[in-house]
Amino acid sequence: MSDKAAILGAIRRGLRRGPLPADQMAMLDSRTAAHPRHIIPARGQLPPAGRVALFMKYIERDYGSSARLPDMAAIPAAIAAYLAGQNLPAALAYAPHPDFLALDWSTAPMLRIRAGEAIGSDMVALQRGFAGIAETGTLMLPSGSTTPTTLNLLADTAIVVIQAREIVGFYEEAFDLLRQAGPMPRNVMLVTGPSRSADIEQTLELGAHGPRQLHVLIIGDEEATRQAA
Amino acid sequence: MLDTSQSFKENAAGAMANAGLQKALARAKPQFHAKRAYAVAAMPEFEQLRDEAKAIKDHTLSHLDHYLERYEAAVLASGGHVHWCKTAEDARATILKICRDAGAQTVTKGKSMVSEEIGLNEYLERHQVTPVETDLGEYILQLRNEPPSHIIGPAFHLNREDWEESFRKAHTDLPADRVFHERRDILTEARIKLREKFLAADVGITGANFLIAETGSSVIVTNEGNGDLTQTLPRIHIALATIEKIVPTIEDCLSLLRVLARSATGQDMSVYTTFSTGGRRPGDLDGPQEYHVVLLDNGRSNMVGTEFQDMLRCIKCSACMNHCPVYGAVGGHAYGSVYPGPMGSVLTPMLVGVEQAGLLPNASTFCGKCESVCPVKIPLTGLMRHWREREFERHLTPQTMRTGLGLWAFFAKRPALYRVATRLAMAAMGLIGRKRGSFSSLPLAGGWTKGRDMPAPEGETFFARYARSQRS
Ligand code: SF4
Repeated sequence: MSDKAAILGAIRRGLRRGPLPADQMAMLDSRTAAHPRHIIPARGQLPPAGRVALFMKYIERDYGSSARLPDMAAIPAAIAAYLAGQNLPAALAYAPHPDFLALDWSTAPMLRIRAGEAIGSDMVALQRGFAGIAETGTLMLPSGSTTPTTLNLLADTAIVVIQAREIVGFYEEAFDLLRQAGPMPRNVMLVTGPSRSADIEQTLELGAHGPRQLHVLIIGDEEATRQAA
Repeated sequence: MLDTSQSFKENAAGAMANAGLQKALARAKPQFHAKRAYAVAAMPEFEQLRDEAKAIKDHTLSHLDHYLERYEAAVLASGGHVHWCKTAEDARATILKICRDAGAQTVTKGKSMVSEEIGLNEYLERHQVTPVETDLGEYILQLRNEPPSHIIGPAFHLNREDWEESFRKAHTDLPADRVFHERRDILTEARIKLREKFLAADVGITGANFLIAETGSSVIVTNEGNGDLTQTLPRIHIALATIEKIVPTIEDCLSLLRVLARSATGQDMSVYTTFSTGGRRPGDLDGPQEYHVVLLDNGRSNMVGTEFQDMLRCIKCSACMNHCPVYGAVGGHAYGSVYPGPMGSVLTPMLVGVEQAGLLPNASTFCGKCESVCPVKIPLTGLMRHWREREFERHLTPQTMRTGLGLWAFFAKRPALYRVATRLAMAAMGLIGRKRGSFSSLPLAGGWTKGRDMPAPEGETFFARYARSQRS
């Protein structure tokens, strides 16, 4: 008997039944297809303006930082200023995302930039986020040809761009938007603050293996917040 | 890993006398409690979330066969591979074969208790594949050749001096006279050392906190980001997970995530919660080429339909051990098994047999704190009692202990009386034993004192000391 048959057989013996009858399977499959939501904590159920404020508050609480920008065009100069302020090198790897490829990087002439995935020696990485989640100040960062995963992980400083209208109240809303966008991406990271460890004497230290700093740039205003279906 | 759960009593006595361990426990305990309490207080719906978490797990377990098959189909549809493994040996051999087929010399590993459960590292080493633990706590334990003492803070029993000493010994390419000014310097050294390993590994092995039937995804939850580097950089990602990790949908997973981090570390959300679905897609610039899931049973299917099915709801948050007075007094190693604390006392006899681990369900004061904090409401004390009854029925308990247990049970059911009686007994034993500092024989414990001396009580019961430590 294969291991699969042995495991399923043991489970069914325990449940005192054979394979489920077709109608029960159909019921379970319709539950999965409908993927009903459970309790949504009240703190995530907010009007658009409240979402951005809560999102920023929780990013800060979890040792990240954030700033608001009027539009995408302001990104290069804002990053140059941020890096100078943090005493960081003026060089970065950025996601080959249409929003970034369309930017006029010459507005920040000192920045050395490279589009693509991150490599081990990159100090700063710029990622395009898919959604922000106010409930816990969490970013949703799916992988894709324009948003490589290594940008979330390898650099000492991770900068993520998100539009204010892409900030939702709770996780389920973000996943509904992701479902609308297509099949489940290979990798979907929910990121809440910079990397950390408390393994040494239960004392929190930032920058364990991933970024030591997480900076979120929030673009535009929330008035035109997109709606989750 | 070597199972010494038979020796719980001896291990516990050693732990109580271990100054370094007691220092670590004293540091950790108040933090464990305060952090969870804070996170729970900030979530008014927490009790409802617990009920819901329990209901989601119960629903899944009563249809586990169905959801496992749906999960497998979804993994295959996303281009991944599923390897069903009945036993630990099957899982070890499967993983080795994947490594060999890939010509792998080194594999990086994210934190996985199941990997400890099946003794994966020793096995790979024996077969010329070098495993490198990348979770900071697991990394130092690998350097020291020690087992974890906690399921999410594996090295919490170590103090800073231990870290410095181990790093000096292991990283001999660095200047011997370097100074670790702060904990941060230790962290930075580990980060640099492990970065090399991440970039060089051929295979990355992670555990999984959840497997999602709807999408065929495995989900890992970490704070360091090591699990993500492990599953992103090497050419092959292997997720090692046991069958009860299945949940039907993303929404089910999200509801469990809402109670997981709050119960575990007191965070609202861990730093990285990552859903992996298959291997690299066309156009992807990074990520593994191959994605494998090793789906392990190792005794769990036998728990389905028994009184121990409730234990399969466990999401390995560690709240039960963090709040357990016995764990708080002796730490994790005393249990002598991979899974310590209340959840381990229930799970270990199932995995290694009640003959081996029969003493563990006795390592409890039955205070009920564990189940009052368990996010999926597992009746831990009731399950420990089940084991004790089974052990008793099988007459595995030495005769003297059975008599003693009857006596103990009489007092234990009458807590006030129990405290008075033990205090009196302790005081008496303290008087008699004080001269030598130990007893060579004790009433009701002849089998135990035959080979060893019991240290004389220092005049205070556990409860008294516990109460005092709670006040201070
Ligand atoms: S038994 Fe409950 S409290 Fe203990 S680790 Fe499992 S889920 Fe957490």
